Amino acid sequence: MRQILAFPQLGDYQYPIRRLLMDMTHLEVLEVPPITKKTIALGSKYSPDSVCIPFKYNLGNFIEALEKGANVLFQAGGGCRYRYYAEVQETILRDLGYDFTFVQIIGRDHLRFKELYHIFKGFNKNLTRKNFLKNLIFAFFYITYLDKIDEYIRHRVGFEVEKNSFLKLKKAFIQKCNKAKNIFSLTKIYYQYKKKCKKIKINKPKNCLKVGFIGELYTAMERYSNYNLEKTLASYHIEIKRFTNLTYLLWKKALFLPIMKRKVKKYCKYTLGADGMDNVYRVLWLKKHGYDGIIHTKPTGCTPEIGAIPILMRAAQEEKMPIIFFSFDEQSGMEGINTRLEAFYDLLTLKKEAQK
Amino acid sequence: MKGYLGLDIGSISTKGVIIDEKKNILASSYLWTEGNPVQAVKKVLVELEEKIKDRKIKILGVGTTGSARKLIGTMLGACSIKNEITAHAIGTLSKYPTVKTILEIGGQDSKIILLEDGMVTDYAMNTLCAAGTGSFLSSQAKRLGIDVKDFGKIALSSKNPTSIAARCTVFAESDLVHKIQMGYEKKDIIAGLCYSVASNYLNNVAKGKKIKGPILFQGGVSKNIGVKKAFEDLLKTEVITDKNGHLMGALGSAILAKKNSKNEVFDFSLKDAIFETNGIECKGCENHCEVIVVKKDGKKIDAWGNRCEKGMIKI
Repeated sequence: MRQILAFPQLGDYQYPIRRLLMDMTHLEVLEVPPITKKTIALGSKYSPDSVCIPFKYNLGNFIEALEKGANVLFQAGGGCRYRYYAEVQETILRDLGYDFTFVQIIGRDHLRFKELYHIFKGFNKNLTRKNFLKNLIFAFFYITYLDKIDEYIRHRVGFEVEKNSFLKLKKAFIQKCNKAKNIFSLTKIYYQYKKKCKKIKINKPKNCLKVGFIGELYTAMERYSNYNLEKTLASYHIEIKRFTNLTYLLWKKALFLPIMKRKVKKYCKYTLGADGMDNVYRVLWLKKHGYDGIIHTKPTGCTPEIGAIPILMRAAQEEKMPIIFFSFDEQSGMEGINTRLEAFYDLLTLKKEAQK
Repeated sequence: MKGYLGLDIGSISTKGVIIDEKKNILASSYLWTEGNPVQAVKKVLVELEEKIKDRKIKILGVGTTGSARKLIGTMLGACSIKNEITAHAIGTLSKYPTVKTILEIGGQDSKIILLEDGMVTDYAMNTLCAAGTGSFLSSQAKRLGIDVKDFGKIALSSKNPTSIAARCTVFAESDLVHKIQMGYEKKDIIAGLCYSVASNYLNNVAKGKKIKGPILFQGGVSKNIGVKKAFEDLLKTEVITDKNGHLMGALGSAILAKKNSKNEVFDFSLKDAIFETNGIECKGCENHCEVIVVKKDGKKIDAWGNRCEKGMIKI
């Protein structure tokens, strides 16, 4: 039987991940349907009720992918309850009667290249170590460039003169990158689009509102799960700083961890699991860099973040930083979120006006 | 004379005020929404027009707040459509500039607003559960066979309030039935309900917030002296209620309308226009967004609810 690969959605990272899997295995990789109400309905139907929301989205993605013909499913893991996702999801899908191969690529909290190599070798006998390394480096650069472009966009998108100009730019950028043959052409595309990005007309006041976006990783990176929070913020003409991205999670975090631990000594002695401690550090960082407020998101029932919230509250109170918390699950209503967000925006605006 | 109109269209009641340039309330109206915000607003407009018809007042701006703010704001061409939190804070500050905490319990939601030096510093709203809101109290009043207006008075007559598990509306109800069947006195149960609303609020909405005086208690439930007393007992400090406490949201949105006024005269005859709203399910993808289309006299004036361009409706 022909093997068709699939993996859960994660914002725009579907493109570099898809490219990586194709390059490594030379097999067909399914374009998993974008997340919709149907995805989450399917996911919630077959998930344990109290599990965190990314599990439900992932499961919904898998079911939709299986229905479209996928038969090899990829899942990562690590950090928190995410560790158990793979096994539990595999069991649920098998109980539902699907026939598939299940592959977990980050099994024991850390990405192990040797393990990864053998996984891909199992799919593609002709994969050489050299090619494996080449593909990995390509993915590394792709993700890095994607995150960098995203960062440029986040600084500007709230002030665009022509609507959707940055959205169009990013779409074009991704399309070009998908066709890039090697790292050199990828780099060329990146610099070309960086230039284009800076040329797009914006109308940005000097003392615009700046907000830091912290919290759990899935609700930060998958825009469907945070109800397009960044887009709403942009419509309020706010500059956004988001810390969590794949670049950060895959390699930057390990570098920063000792520094962060030292800086948050006042608030925590130990790490809190996942990005809990990182978020405490971010509160201090945002204050130091003159940001106006903080938005924290998490799925309902996210254990590391629940542990972090009282510490975040204290840190924010001591630093006099306005902070707002959002908990997302499949029941969240768009209206309630927008009301709270709008009130937060008013709070920041009035505060800024009073400071003048 | 210049005037500004503020409307607060809540789930249970609809409030309207007209203010002058010095933020004094010239006329007000307060009636039930009864599941039909458009009709309720029309009635409010009729009442307000009647009250100011002898004085020559030009309405130069309309502001809306409350859960139907967008719909009504679109219909009336409002110059300010603001969330309840900001509207309440602004309205209250205009009367009590030194207020530090606003406790607000409405029909469907409850919120806490913390202020410092006339500025909102923090706020929270109930998220998942409606326990401890006005609709909970009114449904329990019905179960006990008394008018919700007498609730507070009866509660105060109790010396020994019963404790009622009020974590969740459904469980509170079963606990209530249990207490009735056990033979507790009605007034003790009613007083217990008032306490449970207050303690539920403090344990959920106000969790982790530093409540400092002066404290203002607003929203429909603030009319219930039983709940007010429960708050005072639990917080061990004075809690202020205003006779216009239910109008603060409307007042705030009128002030916002004044701030954002485009100096266009509002025409009361808008209340005679025929407004229609339809919910359309977008078939663009599997998400099936519900798009709301508002029509005035058969002509589309606005639409919202779509998450992407596919569901955009041309006006």
